[in-house]
Amino acid sequence: MKKIEAVIRPEKLESVRIALEEAGYPGLMLTRIEGHGKQKGMLQQFRGRQYKVELLPKYKVEVVCLDAECAALVAAIVESARTGDVGDGKIFVSDIEDVTRIRTGESGESAV
Amino acid sequence: MRLRALGVFGLVTLMLVALPSAAFAADPNGAVTLEAEPAVALDFVWMLVAAFLVYFMQAGFAMVEAGFCRAKNATNLMMKNLLDFVMGSLAYFIVGFALMYGADAAGIIGTNGWFMGGNYDVTVYRDFMFQVVFAATAATIVSGAVAERLKFSAYLVYSIVLSAVIYPVYGHWVWGGGWLAQLATPFHDFAGSGVVHALGGFVGLAGALVLGPRFGKYGKDGKPRAIPGHSIPLAALGVFILWFGWFGFNAGSSLSGNDLRIAVIAVNTNMAAAAGSAVALLITKLKTGKFDIGMALNGALAGLVAITAPCAVVSGGSAIIIGAIAGAIVVASIYTVENLGVDDPVGAFSVHGMNGIWGLLAVGLFADGTYGDVTGLLFGGGTAQFVSQAIGAGVVAVWAFLLGFALFKGMDLVMGVRVSPEEELRGLDVDEHGSPAYPNFLVVEES
Repeated sequence: MKKIEAVIRPEKLESVRIALEEAGYPGLMLTRIEGHGKQKGMLQQFRGRQYKVELLPKYKVEVVCLDAECAALVAAIVESARTGDVGDGKIFVSDIEDVTRIRTGESGESAV
Repeated sequence: MRLRALGVFGLVTLMLVALPSAAFAADPNGAVTLEAEPAVALDFVWMLVAAFLVYFMQAGFAMVEAGFCRAKNATNLMMKNLLDFVMGSLAYFIVGFALMYGADAAGIIGTNGWFMGGNYDVTVYRDFMFQVVFAATAATIVSGAVAERLKFSAYLVYSIVLSAVIYPVYGHWVWGGGWLAQLATPFHDFAGSGVVHALGGFVGLAGALVLGPRFGKYGKDGKPRAIPGHSIPLAALGVFILWFGWFGFNAGSSLSGNDLRIAVIAVNTNMAAAAGSAVALLITKLKTGKFDIGMALNGALAGLVAITAPCAVVSGGSAIIIGAIAGAIVVASIYTVENLGVDDPVGAFSVHGMNGIWGLLAVGLFADGTYGDVTGLLFGGGTAQFVSQAIGAGVVAVWAFLLGFALFKGMDLVMGVRVSPEEELRGLDVDEHGSPAYPNFLVVEES
């Protein structure tokens, strides 16, 4: 089992969710976060003076899936979240040791 | 003790009883005044409606300051804008109106009408209502310059002193028949570029200097940093309200609904604001590449302040030039003041102080002689009016700055004027007032 953590632009959430749905995802978790990558924030302006916003608002989408589904879901996110400009975000994939469904108590791959 | 109190009581009673009969027959009912001159009803309605418009400018100032400052100080700013009107109204009733419009002594101060004694008359009450909202406007200008770090108790003391002394004394010199009004070529400040705005602006500068900059305003390299305000819509709403109220401020200063010059005054007021905003917008666009709303809003206010003195004595074309120059002055002044190390969070000095002075000088340049026997340099009036304007402008700058500095410095020595660094970082709302402005929102600000 894998966990996909995708940091995306907030305005791309809708297209990412639709793409994941089309790719057959098991469900997702969303966290509203702030952060920056190599882009290091952006300039804004107040009364004629510019200032740097170091941390920008981003959304983090997390999907836990079977190993076999992972590549297709990652591809769907890359496809739907990309604008080509700096600040498009990143995707992290890690192994998941175990999953338990609270309602039934079942665990492992059948709980994904 | 008892006797002494009786003595004071007797003195006040004497003033109340003796003065009206000596000065004029007071008419608290109004019927006698109306019968003597029915046309005066239009003046009453015009002046009072204008006064109500000027009162609403308090809301404008409150919104501009709240919008341009941070959420953690919004309650404090509402309290300051409320309480300067509260304290100012009381102080002006008790002392200020008498100092400003009482019987003149040596051209320096007015000397009767304390506690409005002897003034129980519809005409005087009309004039008081019109004047008290102007006094409170001067008081509320300072609030922005000292925002986000001044102790609330110090602000209460300041409000009383400004409304009871600093404002009425200079006001007496200009509007109360004092020495500036007695110059061979009388100093002309139609609605108060000097009496209200320059005065408030220079007291604000003094306050900002005594307080020092807000934490985080200057980086380790000493360069000024932007501290963005928390609500551009509130700041914009405030400017719309001020622009609206200013029609009462300027056109109401005709003091008569039978004076048709009010049409010219209204147009001039509007055109100067538009020109000021347009020029401030263009200059900032050239400098930063963006259409900056903060500067466009301040530019409109700058034009309004500058046209306040000359609004009745110039044409619409001149009003546009005066407003355009005001827009350039406010942008240059905001950058310069910040670079000199003075932190004026909303630009109160640049808007009201600098452009108050400019408005006074503009009378001596652009007055065209069609109204009020005032003619400026550019319309064949020679230098006489300009010299009088320069004297009045210099006097208000020195008077307001020196008294403002003495007041804030004095309060600093006695009670301290600045909140603790911890309180400043947390914001004044909770520590000073116990009420965050937005209790159900998490407000996190690093500096």
